[in-house]
Amino acid sequence: MKKFFRRGKGIEFLFLFFALASVFFLAGIVVVLFSSGLLILRTVTLREFILGRYWHPLFYEPPAYGILPIILGSFWVTLGAMCIAIPLGVGAAVYIAEVASPQLKEILKPVIELLGAIPSVVYGFFGVVALAPFIMRLFDLPIGFTALTASILLGLMALPTIVTISEDVISSVPVLYREASYALGATKLETAAKVVFPAAFPGIVTAIILGMGRAIGETMVVMMVAGGSAIIPRSFLQPVRAMTATIGLEMGEAASGSPHMHALFGIGCVLFVLTLLFSIAAERFSIRFRRQVGI
Amino acid sequence: MVDIITSCQLPVASCQSSFISQKEIKISICSLNIWYTDTQAIEDVSLDIEKNKVTAIIGPSGCGKSTLIRAMNRMNDIIPSVKVKGEILLDGENIYGEDIDVVGIRRRIGMVFQRPNPFPKSVFENVAYGLKINGLIKKKEELIEKIEQALKDAALWSEVKDRLGDSALDLSGGQQQRLCIARALAIEPEVILFDEPCSSLDPTATAKIEELIQELKKKYTIVIVTHNMQQAARISDFSAFLLLGKLIEFNRTDKIFTHPEDKRTENYITGRFG
Amino acid sequence: MRKFKELVFSVFLHTATALPLIALFSVIFFIISRGAMVINWEFLTQMPRDAMTAGGIFPAIVGTFYLVLVAVFFALPLGVMAAIYLVEYTRQGGIVQTIRIGVSTLAGVPSVVFGLFGMVIFVRFFGFGVSILSGGLTLGIMILPTVIRTSEEALLAIPQGFREASFALGATKWQTIYRIVMPNSISSILTGSILGIGRAAGDTASILFTAATFYIMHLPNSVFSEVQALPYHIYGLLTEGTHAQAQIPIAYGTATVLLFLVLSMSALSIVMRNRFRRRKKW
Ligand SMILES: Nc1ncnc2c1ncn2[C@@H]1O[C@H](COP(=O)(O)OP(=O)(O)O)[C@@H](O)[C@H]1O
Ligand SMILES: [Mg+2]
Repeated sequence: MKKFFRRGKGIEFLFLFFALASVFFLAGIVVVLFSSGLLILRTVTLREFILGRYWHPLFYEPPAYGILPIILGSFWVTLGAMCIAIPLGVGAAVYIAEVASPQLKEILKPVIELLGAIPSVVYGFFGVVALAPFIMRLFDLPIGFTALTASILLGLMALPTIVTISEDVISSVPVLYREASYALGATKLETAAKVVFPAAFPGIVTAIILGMGRAIGETMVVMMVAGGSAIIPRSFLQPVRAMTATIGLEMGEAASGSPHMHALFGIGCVLFVLTLLFSIAAERFSIRFRRQVGI
Repeated sequence: MVDIITSCQLPVASCQSSFISQKEIKISICSLNIWYTDTQAIEDVSLDIEKNKVTAIIGPSGCGKSTLIRAMNRMNDIIPSVKVKGEILLDGENIYGEDIDVVGIRRRIGMVFQRPNPFPKSVFENVAYGLKINGLIKKKEELIEKIEQALKDAALWSEVKDRLGDSALDLSGGQQQRLCIARALAIEPEVILFDEPCSSLDPTATAKIEELIQELKKKYTIVIVTHNMQQAARISDFSAFLLLGKLIEFNRTDKIFTHPEDKRTENYITGRFG
Repeated sequence: MRKFKELVFSVFLHTATALPLIALFSVIFFIISRGAMVINWEFLTQMPRDAMTAGGIFPAIVGTFYLVLVAVFFALPLGVMAAIYLVEYTRQGGIVQTIRIGVSTLAGVPSVVFGLFGMVIFVRFFGFGVSILSGGLTLGIMILPTVIRTSEEALLAIPQGFREASFALGATKWQTIYRIVMPNSISSILTGSILGIGRAAGDTASILFTAATFYIMHLPNSVFSEVQALPYHIYGLLTEGTHAQAQIPIAYGTATVLLFLVLSMSALSIVMRNRFRRRKKW
């Protein structure tokens, strides 16, 4: 026993224990979500839950617990956000990594990183007081809280993630690649587009997936500006209700132990599985990128 | 090479070399093999280190010199992928044996590295570090005394005595390396291992360290890795030539440099490769 | 033709960089320009009055401070120790791999899911109720991956030579960590962790069901009190209460305070981190 401690094994185990905390918490999250979330299957079948077209947990008899419109709501706003964030984010990353002067790069990188720290509730607030009224007038809508409004804000929010990670990835493409291209008479921009970008592509996909994860998991913005009607979206100018928003808005009013509560945890399960898939996919592409450029 | 009966049944370069006085052996390496994951870096090396002598390990870069010298104080342990087979006897005790106190071994065998690596602390604190962690001093006066002695032994005292509180990182490269030597000397080890101690230093600083090593061998057993042949010839008593992880030749330095027995040693010494 | 393509591409790249920056700065400017008009000493130090239509946001500032404090006291030691295990004790193998996957997965979990976890575990299971403690711990778990990553980066920046020198002098692993590794990395760990603090201060979804309340009459008097918090206050001013129009200016002020808080902390963290990276003497 004495020897055990003299060799520092005791301390090592202590550190190991704390290092495992993240794994414990993750396991805890899974247990918490699924132990409540799976209970919804006592009320409806999995198929009815995931593919059901009606979400009427309250004030309806019988209540309906179909979350298809909610899942689609999340997909729509995320899709819209990506339409904005991918071209701008990747373009900005290419600019910062390949075109900008070192001094400009010194400024742009931290500024973009800083913008990533703006709390989501501030975006939501901006959406309520400025963007939604603007959208309403622009498209002559009865109300400005639409999928589009949420998409624009989520796109802005996901941008710093995409730019920062893509830029790191592009910068880490070995100089070798560029030199070979310059030697063949290509310009800086041609090299960026035809050589660096393809080499960095899997890494950029990682950045995009992480940005998407941020958008789909974002709660406050969709709670505040997406409008919130749980119907299957047909247009970006309609109000939608996303998964995170549903949990955030209804958890307070769901009775403990009710099917409604279980359904909300069920949505949490779906959300968790989706973000887990995103994490795995991001990691996959990151590994592929590092293998591809040999770092 | 000479025919001899060996304790570890090896044909050449055995644990017992005729030119080394058996009573004076400080470290005895017996059929040592070391792997990094799958690649073997040291292959069946056996070698004796004599007390109060300077033993040089020479060979082209990548031949396993560092791996070998780091095996002698178990520094390789901190690289997770390393696997070691064989024995290294320190005063007859296998330092790779079970139940061995690795920390105690390292206290007895000091090491100076290729790049000077003083801690980002004051000169004083650098030398004090080993004394403190090993609980070797009880009184403040004793600490000051020992630090002064170590710095004097490392031929650094006159240069730093007025700036003991300055950061060690402000010293010149050569001074930093001597500080690292002082740091190792302070805990009074029995053996000091030098892994290319001069490779990042200018000729003047190198000359100072070489001179110092000559002085130190009176009190300590010294093993030095170098890829500088002249240096090995100047300061060592014995030389071991390593190639691709194998010990090619081990002999008195004057013999190795005048009458190498192996063609490969000759090629290396005359600068035909490496 | 080649020239033309170049031009189009170049215009695209410049637009892609400028547009988001302009948009994001407009958001900040829009809010701060309006918020600045309501912020004064009274606003920062008084309780709300007249059914949230007047007075200050002092309780929300205090609440956010307490929540962040609990989160940091929880996440910092835990995260640093985890990073020490990963960097200093790393053996290739299953456990380290598992921990790494755990950390990166945890980093991707949406904050509302942390909120659910906190509600079930801290609020109900441990019986802490909707409180500073429940919310702070939830935020702590949320920022744990950030703390672990920045700590790892700081530890990896310590040259291996320092560790080798220490071991070669007969130091144990623990002595090396305690006397060499920690003193030289703690400043970058702390500055890096400020980034996590900023995130904790601004997050709303995770405290929705664990800590936050729109209005309480008094300041929190223990870790088991419900609290007002800046981000939730903004949300509440828009969605609760009875005098929406009168509450909006206060929301601008609150958003400005929150922005100032989060941006200045993050800026500090980023600037210090970059300086540490550059200044590295060893
Ligand atoms: N940490 C390590 N991991 C894997 N291989 C290593 C490591 N260190 C050294 N090697 C390999 O072991 C061999 C011997 O290295 P080394 O002992 O450093 O040689 P030397 O000091 O003679 O230059 C080399 O081929 C080197 O590539
Ligand atoms: Mg070497």
